Amino acid sequence: MLVMGASFVGFGSMLHALNWSVWEALYSSLSTWALPGQIAMADMAYSGAPLMAIVLSVAFINARLLPLAASLLPHIRQPGVQEWKYYTVSMLVAATSWVGTMRRLPDLAPDQRLSYLTGYGLLLYGSSLIATVIGFYLSGQVPQHITLALVFLNPLYFMLLFLFDLHNRSKVMALVFGAILGPMLFLIAPDWSLIITGLAGGTAAWALGQTKWGKKGLNRD
Amino acid sequence: MIENAVYSPVLVITLAALATYASRLLGAFLSGRLTTASPIVDWITCVTYALLAGLVVRMIWMPIGTLAQTPDWWRFAAAASGLIVFMISRKNVGLGVLAGSLVLMGLSWSA
Repeated sequence: MLVMGASFVGFGSMLHALNWSVWEALYSSLSTWALPGQIAMADMAYSGAPLMAIVLSVAFINARLLPLAASLLPHIRQPGVQEWKYYTVSMLVAATSWVGTMRRLPDLAPDQRLSYLTGYGLLLYGSSLIATVIGFYLSGQVPQHITLALVFLNPLYFMLLFLFDLHNRSKVMALVFGAILGPMLFLIAPDWSLIITGLAGGTAAWALGQTKWGKKGLNRD
Repeated sequence: MIENAVYSPVLVITLAALATYASRLLGAFLSGRLTTASPIVDWITCVTYALLAGLVVRMIWMPIGTLAQTPDWWRFAAAASGLIVFMISRKNVGLGVLAGSLVLMGLSWSA
């Protein structure tokens, strides 16, 4: 939670550094609440990428929420609860809330699970909004040295997060392909570089992962 | 306040939010009907990893905004320090991020 707070502080600082308003920063965290997509969105919009390229990139980056929601929500399903409640609470599904609730939910009584997820999710969600605003204003108040560090938080954070789990060969290949293709394609076709990097590098890595070599002696995740 | 773009920030934020919520909605709809170990989910994960790895390397190597005013070697040194601390601290992400940020701050302070 501390790290998540710090990365929303970093996001607020980043938007301040890119001359967005505090309302736009807050609106993004409020409506999207999925940081990697928000960062890609701000970065691409700043460099003037086409709307379609931005939407596609964000859709892919945040598509990880689909399996998260699909695996978390069966735990809170029970008879008599209206369907719309699941769709509403799905807004609170994020990597952080998934990790935090997935372990606890099976131990709780079935009728308490929806409330638990809602409470847990809202706590993280609310903190992220406050962190975004703090980051934004902090960035305008502190010396430039500190602003630099704040804006640099997220690239560093994602870099280390990726290096945390290197057991799956196709994921490692995806990281390597992405790290090579990303900057290269940015020089050739900046507007579409991210989405092409993702599709080309990711598909190649996935295909390698389907081969014997990719599956050898490794867990799926 | 986007420099080169023709669209408004509110529009791009709204579309990004909808593109994000679509996954949560579809996930809720499929919940219980989808096994998370399917090849499609693996493929999406790979695309995300490649896309974000490309973005992260570019953000460190060729950043935009405030970071673009710093020399390359500051950012490389900061990223490398973060990585070293991460490794010697048995993969403590928080410590690594803290160390990397402090190095960047220190470099710009002493400049």
